[in-house]
Amino acid sequence: MKAGRWLPLAGALLALAGLHWLAPLFLNAYYVTILARIGIAIVAAVSLQLVNGFTGQFSIGHAGFMALGAYASAAFSVYWGAGILDSLGDGPLARVLYFPFPLVCGGLVAAAAGLVVAVPALRLRGDYLAIATLGAGEIIRIAILNVDAVGGARGFSLASSSYPAVDLRFDSLAGVYGVAALTILAIARLLYSGGGLAFRAVREDETAAESLGIATTRVKVEAFLVASFFAGVAGALFAHSEGYIHTNSFSFVRSFELVAFVVLGGLGSLSGAVIAAATLTAAPELLRGLGEWRMVLYAMLLIATMILRPQGLLGQRELWPIGRKHGAPRSS
Amino acid sequence: MRGVLLRASLSLALALAGCSGKSGDSIVVGHVASMTGDTATFGRSADQGMRMAIEELNAKGGVLGKKLELVTEDDRSVTEEARTAAQKLLQRDRVIALLGEVASSRSLAAAPEAERAKVPMISPGSTNPKVTEGKEYVFRACFIDPFQGAVMAKFAASELHAKRLAILFDFKQDYSVGLADFFRETAKKLGAEIVADERYTSGDIEFRAQLTTIRAANPDAIFVPGYYTEVGLIAKQARELGINVPLLGGDGWDSEKTTEIGGEAVEGYYFSTHYAADSSDPRVQEFVSRFKTKYGDSPDAMAALGYDTAGILADALGRAGTTDGEKLRDAIAATKNFDGVTGKISIDEHHNARKDAVVLKIEGGKFRFYRTVSAE
Amino acid sequence: MDNLLQQLLNGVTWGSIYALIALGYTMVYGVLRLINFAHGEVYMIGAMSGFYVARALGLGSEPSVGGLVLVLGASMVICGLLGATIERVAYRPLRSAGRLAPLITAIGVSLFLQNAGQLVFGADPKFFPQLLRSREVFRAGQVAVSNIQLTVLVTALLLMGALEFIVQRTRFGRAMRAVAYDAPAAALMGVPVDRVISGTFVLGSMLAAAAGILVGLSNPKIEPLMGLMPGLKAFVAAVLGGIGSVPGAMIGGLLLGVIETLVTGYLSSTYRDAIAFVILVLILLYRPTGLFGAPQTEKV
Repeated sequence: MKAGRWLPLAGALLALAGLHWLAPLFLNAYYVTILARIGIAIVAAVSLQLVNGFTGQFSIGHAGFMALGAYASAAFSVYWGAGILDSLGDGPLARVLYFPFPLVCGGLVAAAAGLVVAVPALRLRGDYLAIATLGAGEIIRIAILNVDAVGGARGFSLASSSYPAVDLRFDSLAGVYGVAALTILAIARLLYSGGGLAFRAVREDETAAESLGIATTRVKVEAFLVASFFAGVAGALFAHSEGYIHTNSFSFVRSFELVAFVVLGGLGSLSGAVIAAATLTAAPELLRGLGEWRMVLYAMLLIATMILRPQGLLGQRELWPIGRKHGAPRSS
Repeated sequence: MRGVLLRASLSLALALAGCSGKSGDSIVVGHVASMTGDTATFGRSADQGMRMAIEELNAKGGVLGKKLELVTEDDRSVTEEARTAAQKLLQRDRVIALLGEVASSRSLAAAPEAERAKVPMISPGSTNPKVTEGKEYVFRACFIDPFQGAVMAKFAASELHAKRLAILFDFKQDYSVGLADFFRETAKKLGAEIVADERYTSGDIEFRAQLTTIRAANPDAIFVPGYYTEVGLIAKQARELGINVPLLGGDGWDSEKTTEIGGEAVEGYYFSTHYAADSSDPRVQEFVSRFKTKYGDSPDAMAALGYDTAGILADALGRAGTTDGEKLRDAIAATKNFDGVTGKISIDEHHNARKDAVVLKIEGGKFRFYRTVSAE
Repeated sequence: MDNLLQQLLNGVTWGSIYALIALGYTMVYGVLRLINFAHGEVYMIGAMSGFYVARALGLGSEPSVGGLVLVLGASMVICGLLGATIERVAYRPLRSAGRLAPLITAIGVSLFLQNAGQLVFGADPKFFPQLLRSREVFRAGQVAVSNIQLTVLVTALLLMGALEFIVQRTRFGRAMRAVAYDAPAAALMGVPVDRVISGTFVLGSMLAAAAGILVGLSNPKIEPLMGLMPGLKAFVAAVLGGIGSVPGAMIGGLLLGVIETLVTGYLSSTYRDAIAFVILVLILLYRPTGLFGAPQTEKV
């Protein structure tokens, strides 16, 4: 890597360090929570953009993967993590070293489910695929609802009864935004590398891509796998920053919200998804009266966008120098 | 990415600027309540009771020389929202104490926030034992479900001579699951047989499948420890299926909506609760008449409990002499023989109140006092 | 055995509600190849409008069959108009925009109606007035038939019969079938495609409204989000029966109602909602055209 490449990385690390130590000094916990939720929404939206925007597979059950990530990572922390942290003394270093594990665990479980869903579902096209993914998301949610070990219908608290002193929550903004940045980088690299053109080929014309020798099924499955992995990570972040999860947070309303982020940002733009996710998550929290109107406005925005500006905010363009090298159209 | 950060910081700056502190002259108390949604009457009644108590206190000069101010945050009867509501009250409004919630699931969701913030929380009506278990700052002004479940099990056995019992409980609510468990335990000890054990989820509207299964088991009585919205529907559908044995319930039934929704179907059913509005106790009568003058309706159990909870808090504030979390907590824990409209309230070592229960019977579309059961 | 019969009765009654809603989905899909996600909300508006009409007319304090008919008629008219409006405003501009845009818009309309409903009607549940006093009307051994269940079943069957008549025996029905079969050709033959599509939406919405009223009768709790689950499940029923097929939607609805009731009664109520989605996934994987649907080829 050239020396110039290190600059943005160093800058990013400094920003993260600043977030971690300075943010709690200036913002009270309520605003920290909102910022955390924004970061999580960004991870989830970017992961969905990979499947919906770039691979053209319309998945509307994404919240199911988030749910799996949330519950799997929470179970991991409550049943194993607490003991591990306890034996390590639960100091700051131990916590920083530990927390990637539940996140990855959540991602892997979600990815496994993504595989199970993808293989049969990807035989379907268009509307049918959408409905199948919706159904899959609901099945996942209801299945979790029936598992008593993770609280079932009463919700699951991130607190271990054997090690009550261990705080399993991970509400470091640096952590959340660090993961968000990594997610964007990973997915951008995947999409804007040479091989990444295959995703967009499948989106544009699947039959033509197939006839050109692209293994379309494998491409689609890969998209699903990566997307559900990161959705799982988003879910895991959510679980660990909230400290209490309930399947109600992962219903198809949540899936529709993610679809809204991706569509409004522009199907095919990572930066669009990021902006839409951030703005639409922050707005109702900060503009207090908006709370009840939030979903009404989402809906109206969605309808108006599809009729008046179907390409969303950025269409298929990117803002950031992501992918300038390999064919992302530049924004003017 | 730059755009996002800029946008975010601008919004934050605006929001922080707009976020003013509370008025320095009053003591701000928070109330997490279900003001809307499926169990809206619980939140609203509790809120009404609390506000009346606070108004009366403020008219007498307030507490510690300041007026009390109640800020209510609606959780829309949704469990996770109770947690958000608690957070908002604790962090945005900086309340010195948290009152609420009525539903046990929601108290359970909100409690960790109070613990974390080291702010005392008093639930007016959550009866599931887990709400106060293992916590330092959480209290309740009512009895708990091991007692309540036993009350109804004994009632079924001794009063209704029921040997075959069926249970239909709400799988989604800690309150219902716990109460069903304790009922089951006591019923078995008393030699009754549980012939059917069915479940539903709060929000359901169709119960005929479960009721048909219950009917086939031929019970003498059916215990339905759920909340009033579903109870009303269950009662109607049960009658339509030809089920004429009595239905029994817990304090989740205590709402005017039970008779409104259930209509004729709930006539002759029994349930346990915290107090009876038609009690002959002059203190209760006086409270009822003041409440009716102020609000127009008769106070239900949650209103009375809300009233007492606010009273307990004010009393503890007086004894603590400060709004400091730790000292206030200690003062609440030391509450002895507080004279409430729901009885004499003393907080025990588990942060619960030892109180009597009353069994009410639904007659002529109204709740009528039937019997008191004391906490031995 | 009696138990089973009772459960079947419960299931068929509940399923007839699904059938009424499913018909709307299937007809719209037939003429537009669009999954009208907002249809569940039309059902909700049907129930809500029935509630407000009954209140406005002062009904509900006493049972009144005439009142019921009035309320049913009024809400069917209101929802018919609503359906036509939705089609005109949200779907018609996107007629030539491919499959994705209308799907997203449909989701948008659904979200809009749910949330606007919460704001306008209030999020609290409302209790439908008792236009019929519920009582047991018939007993065969252990099987109890209430007058409400009977009303629901008979009304639903009558409406389904009426629809079948319209589809098979009237000019409009023939036009609908023509548009569903091949819309450009039908246009060339002089069929007023836009009007037929509007009419299809109106018919479907009227049936959904009726479903809303019938649910208000038999399960009197109504609230702005009540259309979510039944909407999705009715869609599953339509897919089960073969999306695009009118008899398919009817059979699919009844079948789903029975399966759901049997699962709840004999297994556990916690799987009630899941069973519909499992059926959906299985159908899509193994027989995507459903029980009565025709296979569709994809043109390249």
